[in-house]
Amino acid sequence: MSYEELLTEIALSDERFIVMTAENRALVRNIPGKLGKRFIDTGITEQTMIGAAAGLALRGRIPVVHALASFLTMRAFEFVRTDAGIPNLPVKLSSFIPGFLSDGNGPTHQAVEDISLMRGIPNMTVFAPADEQDLVMMLPEIWQHPNPSYVRINTRKTDHQHKPFELGKAEIISKGEDVTILTYGLLFEQALIATEILKNEGLSVGFINLRSLKPVDEQAILQATQGSGLTVTLEDHFVTGGLYSIVAEVLLKNQLTAKVLPIALNEKWFKPSLLPNVLEHEGFTGKQIAEKILGYNTNAYQPEISVPQFSE
Amino acid sequence: MQSVTIPINQLEATALKVREHIIKMSTDGGCFVGASLSAADLIVYLYSEFLNINSNNLDDPDRDYLFLSKGHDVPALYGTFAELGLLDKERLKNHLSLDDHIYWHPNTHIPGIEFHSGSLGHLPSVAIGVAMDIKIRGGNNKVICIMGDGELNEGTCWEAVLVANAYKLDNLIFVIDRNHFQANMPTEELIPLEPLHDKFTAFGAAVKRINGHSFGELHEAFSAFPFQEGKVNVVIADTVRGKGLPSIERRADRWFCNFNATEVESLLKELHGEHLTQLTSETLVVR
Repeated sequence: MSYEELLTEIALSDERFIVMTAENRALVRNIPGKLGKRFIDTGITEQTMIGAAAGLALRGRIPVVHALASFLTMRAFEFVRTDAGIPNLPVKLSSFIPGFLSDGNGPTHQAVEDISLMRGIPNMTVFAPADEQDLVMMLPEIWQHPNPSYVRINTRKTDHQHKPFELGKAEIISKGEDVTILTYGLLFEQALIATEILKNEGLSVGFINLRSLKPVDEQAILQATQGSGLTVTLEDHFVTGGLYSIVAEVLLKNQLTAKVLPIALNEKWFKPSLLPNVLEHEGFTGKQIAEKILGYNTNAYQPEISVPQFSE
Repeated sequence: MQSVTIPINQLEATALKVREHIIKMSTDGGCFVGASLSAADLIVYLYSEFLNINSNNLDDPDRDYLFLSKGHDVPALYGTFAELGLLDKERLKNHLSLDDHIYWHPNTHIPGIEFHSGSLGHLPSVAIGVAMDIKIRGGNNKVICIMGDGELNEGTCWEAVLVANAYKLDNLIFVIDRNHFQANMPTEELIPLEPLHDKFTAFGAAVKRINGHSFGELHEAFSAFPFQEGKVNVVIADTVRGKGLPSIERRADRWFCNFNATEVESLLKELHGEHLTQLTSETLVVR
């Protein structure tokens, strides 16, 4: 099932749902004809869309709003914080092309601080699915939850069969004593590759798909950091404020420490190109990730990375 | 002029009491007294005569809505609520008290407040969402959003008019408290707004411009609602910042005022036409 099929099905069966967009229709192409007046396109007005979504929520609606990640989280930040966050209204943000998924668009379109910004808003919940199956598994529960939410939309396909979603729980794919990779979103597919390479090099490898970044699964983070010689936080996000920071916060809260290697963007935007090139250039292919962890090069095979289905 | 059937004397009496409340709140920490006084007649008229909002129907989805986007004139709104029975008058004495929620900007802990405000340019869009939902459901409720003229510096106000026009929200009225001042100076000296009527008309709105202190003109304008089928309504209410207190009217340095007790006593008398007040306290606080 696709994102659009799921949203259509839920919105048709529940009158409370309103589908909104700030003229970003890639994910909702066929919805206008099906939802009629419950589809609202406010034009290129992310701020007004969020304010209007709050007004709709005040009237008992559940608005699912769509815009490019950088404009949804940064152009409209104060509207999200003030109009959805303060009154704790169920405004559901669907963030398009977050992180590396903005591939060739350039730094204006790079939302690589979105997790940091959104999790800083009281009442907001934050999620990043590993692939389309993970996305479709998590959305029904997120959309029925009374709080506002931010979801990094990721419609890429992987071969992985995910476990059922539970809000606030990570998906623990494997446990390992030598190294554990914590990741979320798009980089799950490269982490899968890295995990195999590390295992082939003889390491005992843990692998956790965070899924829910706020609320976060503190137990999963504690088990990984305390049960593994090395913990890797892997994210297409600035190193500040994202998963690396979350892990630090959880450790400090529990008066613990751990050896943690952050693989993230350090005080810079990424070089714009098609996604496979971006990952290669920035050092985020599965093979590169594994070699960064190992500290040496291998002759491991890096499977081809598919070009995203959507650009804008 | 069409014949006016509203009880003007009664509205004037209510507005006078609201102004007394505003003056009493402008001490012990103070408040945005000038903007509250400019909006007082407007707010009294809307709640007394135009809007279907009262203490018994706040949970009714078919009631009307008023969003106070300019926010800092909330003493006028609380004063009106107190006079019309939405808010216990005793609570006004809790201004800035930690034991209540009566502070410089509106918040939903006070019954009748639709949405918190204070950050300018937000509630036009929130009001649009409510007006859209009413349209989707086929309701007849009216939605008002009061904006300040200084607030019109914010681009989102104009974005909202574009979107309201696109969605033909003729159930929505943007009311501009045109008191000709923004925080520190006259609007026309900082970011000129005129010709304001033409600007809103060009954005697709049906516009009326009136004297915001004349209950007759207010009634004539709002009685014509909806002004034009399929068009968002705009009322530009020309007002005077500080209206009712000649010693602070139209003065750039009397925006946020924190008067001492003697001044408050004198201002209450000034409101009733007795004499001008000699103001000595430092009343300009830039926020």
